[in-house]
Amino acid sequence: MDNEKIINEVMGGGLRALSRLAESPLVERFGLEERTQQLVYEGAKRVAETAAKAAKRLSPKRSDRPSKSLKFDLSLSEEQQLMRDTLRRFADDVMQPAARDADDHRAPPDDFMATFGELGAIPMTVPEELGGAAEQVSAVSHMLIAEDLARGDMGLAYAALAPLSFVNALVLWGDDEQQASLLRRFVEGEETSASGAMVEPHPLFDPSSLRTTAKKRSSGYVLHGEKSMVALADSAKWFLVAAELPKAGPRLFIVERDASGVAVVDEPAMGMRSAALGRVKLDGVRVPVSALLGGEASLKSGGRAAYEDAVNRARIAWGAMAVGASQAVLDYVIPYCNDRVAFGEPISHRQAVAFMIADIGIELESMRMLVYRAAGRVDAGLDCQREAYLARTLCSEKAMETGTNGVQLLGGAGFIKDHPIEIWYRHLRAVGVMDGNLLV
Amino acid sequence: MIYLEVPKSLKPIVNQAHQVARHIFRPISRKYDRAEHEYPKELDMLAALMDGLNAGSGRRGAGIDSLQRDDERKGGVRNGANMSTCLGLTELCWGDVGLALSIPRQGLGNAAITAVADGEQKERFDGVWAAMAITEPGAGSDSANIRTTARLDGDEWVLNGEKIYVTAGSRADSVVVWATLDRNLGRAAIKSFVVPHGTPGMEVVRLDKKMGIRASDTASITLTDCRIPKANLLGTADIDKKKGFGGVMQTFDNTRPIVAGMAVGVARAALEHTRELLAEEGIQVRYRGPLFSKSAAEAELIRMEANWEAGRLLMLKAAWMADNGIPNSMEASMSKAKAARVANQVTLRCVELCGGLGYSEDELLEKWARDSKILDIFEGTQQIQLLIIARRLLGKRSSELR
Repeated sequence: MDNEKIINEVMGGGLRALSRLAESPLVERFGLEERTQQLVYEGAKRVAETAAKAAKRLSPKRSDRPSKSLKFDLSLSEEQQLMRDTLRRFADDVMQPAARDADDHRAPPDDFMATFGELGAIPMTVPEELGGAAEQVSAVSHMLIAEDLARGDMGLAYAALAPLSFVNALVLWGDDEQQASLLRRFVEGEETSASGAMVEPHPLFDPSSLRTTAKKRSSGYVLHGEKSMVALADSAKWFLVAAELPKAGPRLFIVERDASGVAVVDEPAMGMRSAALGRVKLDGVRVPVSALLGGEASLKSGGRAAYEDAVNRARIAWGAMAVGASQAVLDYVIPYCNDRVAFGEPISHRQAVAFMIADIGIELESMRMLVYRAAGRVDAGLDCQREAYLARTLCSEKAMETGTNGVQLLGGAGFIKDHPIEIWYRHLRAVGVMDGNLLV
Repeated sequence: MIYLEVPKSLKPIVNQAHQVARHIFRPISRKYDRAEHEYPKELDMLAALMDGLNAGSGRRGAGIDSLQRDDERKGGVRNGANMSTCLGLTELCWGDVGLALSIPRQGLGNAAITAVADGEQKERFDGVWAAMAITEPGAGSDSANIRTTARLDGDEWVLNGEKIYVTAGSRADSVVVWATLDRNLGRAAIKSFVVPHGTPGMEVVRLDKKMGIRASDTASITLTDCRIPKANLLGTADIDKKKGFGGVMQTFDNTRPIVAGMAVGVARAALEHTRELLAEEGIQVRYRGPLFSKSAAEAELIRMEANWEAGRLLMLKAAWMADNGIPNSMEASMSKAKAARVANQVTLRCVELCGGLGYSEDELLEKWARDSKILDIFEGTQQIQLLIIARRLLGKRSSELR
């Protein structure tokens, strides 16, 4: 930053002087325009040379800054492309056909979680040094998985992503012990069932200002509170619970479903029903010291930053869900409006219809760009609080707009359950609501 | 690898353009808004200055005349002339849109020359300042319907017709004129021609008085038996019905992201300044906490910023595609549609948020709100962009989705 400031001053000072020279009335009066222009040219050249030199001198080569040579880039790595191809097929062949029944039954099909597990998303995203197969941990990879699954069905995607997010949290912030025990068991497939529990059931929920509390006791922590919209709440064996720890701030805790004081009740909602939503009630739940994600050491340093990181990553995850589900809407309304004939021609020949579709396309790509940018910053080691917040802001609004316009384009057909678009409408309302429970 | 930041390699160019905008454009912004049609003499100096800066920094600068499509990818990702030009224009329009449109040798006609001209023409027209003349009194967005004609007579083209809304049409030293070789052959017969000012038969008949971008001249031009050399037709004279409009229209794939960049620039100016003024009233922008727990002003600033960011990233995406030889017609239109409508909404809202201060000429906010409107109109209106995007998405021809 300082370097840029110095260069700005070098450039700015020179330009100001040149600009004054150019404005001087004397120049015109004495017919000196051409001569002055030559002076300005030479002066500007010197200014630029000085600035170029200053830039070189002031930015010594530093190998600890990986972002230095990065280019703006929208291409995926081979690994990501491979994962993407696999998941798209899974979304088309498994998720879309299962979505209606799962919505009706308020749960994924029996073998759904196992089938998704076999695709290997957990080992593919956990880095090698922790027993997985990924070259490195990547928020972009997780984001792409969320997007591709949500294109199949956002509710089923939420269920599929719940254990993946839990595992990712262990990778990102777990201490050695948590990674050696619990994480390893997930990577090896001994454990499969977990879910995030950060969101609370009250208006104006703020993940940085939690009502759920954790009190320190000699033997560990005692948790009180209520968590909302938890995927697979009744069947999950592990929860990642966000709670306010006095003097420390909000923290994440690993809580076993079977712990005394944990109660789960069904929480049927407008949409996302296929994720088997439930409310998790914590009434004096005692957990050991080792339940604090990151361990005791995180209380001294890093814990607060890790929680803020989790909030950002949750926003990216839900943004990616918004992108995937909105893509499903766009992909559905295009053939529908091309096939549907009214007044003697396809309704897509009418600008009132075509422009709505163009707008869905524009806002979908807008959402995608903001979400990708935030995730790209995470992988580049840059702060992403602003970017994740802006992505959430845009997606909350535009995803729902896409959902409601999708139904509108189908008219009455969009309102009845013969088409999946009314499910997506109900799903997409969740984007503005969910501020936690998943992460990339 | 997904990475959507402005690369460090382009920072010097961005910085250079920003310094020009800040130290040269901003101080004279109001002056030439008031003195419409007065030639900003500072611009001659600016041309010299920019040439100097380019020579000094040892690279070809961000410029409309440097737009090239790199169809051969020499391994790896490129962040090239399209991206740097978009970013440069963003900065210049943060300073002043009207002045940015008046920079010598940076006319939209230059983009047409770069996009369509052959090697010999590129050399011959190097250093020319070219305006772009498409619109006619009877054909605006409907540019396939233009009536200006070009007839070959020996070694010369003879042009006849009337052009309006020509940006920099009187100040540029040449005008790229769109004309048809045969009205019966439709859009495939439309070609572009470089007509130097001073050519007998071409006349500037009127300068428009405008709501915004008043520092930029907007001219009406008549062509009456105007003769130009045969070699001034850009591209090929063949009428290829399959390629159709392709030749002349591909200019837009390069220029629409640039107009998006202009919109991004003026919107950022308004957003930044409004934030400063609201900060004095105790309104801080914080990227945490629920949007609905904030003051309406803070929430609105964040919403506007999110949409502004979308326009900016769509612009970068379209430019990135062009730099890497990926067809980008739809993305170019998306960037222009989003960035321009956001810029108009943002600049207008900023005036409203700042009340009497925003509305008065004490601040530049009201000027930016007037300037921004044109960005949603020229180089294809919002509605034309939506048509292009819808046709691409739906797989429709222009005869079906009209």
